[in-house]
Amino acid sequence: MSKLPIRARVATTIGGAAGKMSRLAGRGDGSVIGGVVGLRMAPDLLKQLALGRQIVMVTGTNGKTTTTRLVTAAMGSLGQEVATNAFGANMESGLVSALSGAPDAPYAVLEVDERHLPALIKVTNPRVVVLLNLSRDQMDRAAEIWLIARRWREAFAQAPQLRVVANADDPLVAWSAGSAGQATWVAAGQRWQEDSWCCPDCGSHLRRDELGWRCGECTLSRPSARWVLDGDKVIDSAGTVRELSLALPGRANRSNAVMALAVASLFGADVDQALPELRKVTSVAGRYTSVQRRERTLRLLLAKNPAGWLEAFDVLEPDQPLLLAVNAQGPDGRDTSWLWDVDYRVLAGRRVLVTGERKIDLAVRLEADAVPFELVDDVDAAVDAVPPGHLDVIANYTAFQQIRATVGRSA
Amino acid sequence: MTRPGDDLGSAAAELNAPLPRHAAGKPSALRIIWIYPDLLSTYGDRGNLIMLTRRAALRGLAVQPIGINSDQPVPRQGDVYLLGGGEDLPQVLAARRLRADGGLAAVAASGAVIFAVCAGYQLVGEVFGGAQGEPVQGLGLLDIRSGRGDRRGVGEVVADVDPALEVDRLTGFENHQGVTSLGSGAKPLAKVVLGVGNGDGTGTEGAYAGRILGTYLHGPALVRNPSLADLLLTWVAGPLAPLPEAAEVWTTRLRTERLAAVSA
Repeated sequence: MSKLPIRARVATTIGGAAGKMSRLAGRGDGSVIGGVVGLRMAPDLLKQLALGRQIVMVTGTNGKTTTTRLVTAAMGSLGQEVATNAFGANMESGLVSALSGAPDAPYAVLEVDERHLPALIKVTNPRVVVLLNLSRDQMDRAAEIWLIARRWREAFAQAPQLRVVANADDPLVAWSAGSAGQATWVAAGQRWQEDSWCCPDCGSHLRRDELGWRCGECTLSRPSARWVLDGDKVIDSAGTVRELSLALPGRANRSNAVMALAVASLFGADVDQALPELRKVTSVAGRYTSVQRRERTLRLLLAKNPAGWLEAFDVLEPDQPLLLAVNAQGPDGRDTSWLWDVDYRVLAGRRVLVTGERKIDLAVRLEADAVPFELVDDVDAAVDAVPPGHLDVIANYTAFQQIRATVGRSA
Repeated sequence: MTRPGDDLGSAAAELNAPLPRHAAGKPSALRIIWIYPDLLSTYGDRGNLIMLTRRAALRGLAVQPIGINSDQPVPRQGDVYLLGGGEDLPQVLAARRLRADGGLAAVAASGAVIFAVCAGYQLVGEVFGGAQGEPVQGLGLLDIRSGRGDRRGVGEVVADVDPALEVDRLTGFENHQGVTSLGSGAKPLAKVVLGVGNGDGTGTEGAYAGRILGTYLHGPALVRNPSLADLLLTWVAGPLAPLPEAAEVWTTRLRTERLAAVSA
């Protein structure tokens, strides 16, 4: 900490105290308010805190928080301290809070909001930026996703020293990453393809086959990948094949894990040492966590948009009851139209319970897909309605927070 | 590989069994064509196709939902054509492709039903604003002209429909920066009670002329407005029997809840 100017040092101390008070008052994990207080005292605090560190930024529509956790775990195998914003506080104040909390950490792995990435690259000069995916999300407040990709592309062009680790299977991501000075391509897969039927460069129809995607008109095509996710296996840049065998469920998390290994190996981590660290991750900020409630085991899955719901359906326990919870507050997006982009027919045959502030929207949607459902008032009503045993829970952002507040932040 | 148009999902698959000829006496199923889901599908636009299919099938009409991507010709034998929302570039591209294809203009001239929302609404008009606000030539099927306004209209919309159409009060969500003015060849669809709508200072929302109807209520606009869905079906299939109450329970609850939420 001694390398910081005096004003920045005071700012981080007071900011830290504010965060602690926020936590004690039960108002979240305190990582935003601490940063806000610090930034008010020293507006260039983030720049000061970033100086001299090796910074990795993680961004994309889905999987940011989980991948940040996995990259942090993989980097941990290097044996040095890693600063990170583990609770998804992914704008400037959250980054300040993360870095001031670990003043001597030589590495930082930072989740970054996709819209704030260009500005935060300028301020912190990261070594590596991890690009996971881009898809429709909270459309009533976000910029359109193509615009986000274009701003990324411009930001990378202006930061030639930066390396991207990017998902080659997502055309929008690959196009934006194409302007980077250095790129490590990862074949991480793309389950949701509804937002990438057009070439981001010329607008023509994209063609897809088993080799990937390419534009029918211009030269844009899927870059060849150095790292590959193949089922449950990862193929590294030397061609070595390993079983991932993660504790975290689902294809999306296997994809996130491969990204994490690719990043860690750039910093010299050994895959055989990093992979066991990834396997130890069992829940991330309450996601995927299992909690006990009145003889039921609830598994909590956060899914905020159509692509996320598709991935969540992927990890459901067969034949077990499922609670779906949807809100439409500010952080969720106030528009529920996205519910119609999800195909619910895979849920037919299991018991489906529905709750949340917009449960009637979901009821209409499930009726149209001929999926029988029961409305319940809240998570406890769902717990009481199902027999002792397993209950999967999929919720969008504020619905997830409400459920966690009820069943406990035991993760 | 699945493409957006391949699997039209939901009600379609199981409700698509052969059924008696529909009321208009046409020899085949009611064909609902979803235009360019690869370009014009941003906000759950699939919902309109699902609701039309469901409400027709519940009345015993055979329905064939068909998705047409931008690299395919627009079929000329459809009964209802749906155009959805889209981002700026895909909207411009869709307009260019549809003009070159000519299919939509041909079916419009022969009386097919066209229901267009948001970006689709703008592009069936004479002109609309492109990515930088520059004028882009539309399809000229509806006598409206759109440009780009100063700020984005985002939020719930309530609007009272032209009484001549006998459609219940509209409830929906808008998210657009368009300003649309109507020429003498088009009538306003509705009067805005809450929200922006056409945004040209007239307090109107949407437009229609003959069987072409457009609205800024984006995405699954027909989900919350079943009587508008039925109007479109009536235009191709003639008078429809009311649905049994059990089939309307959830949509009615949703309408009531949304209208109450914005008047509170």
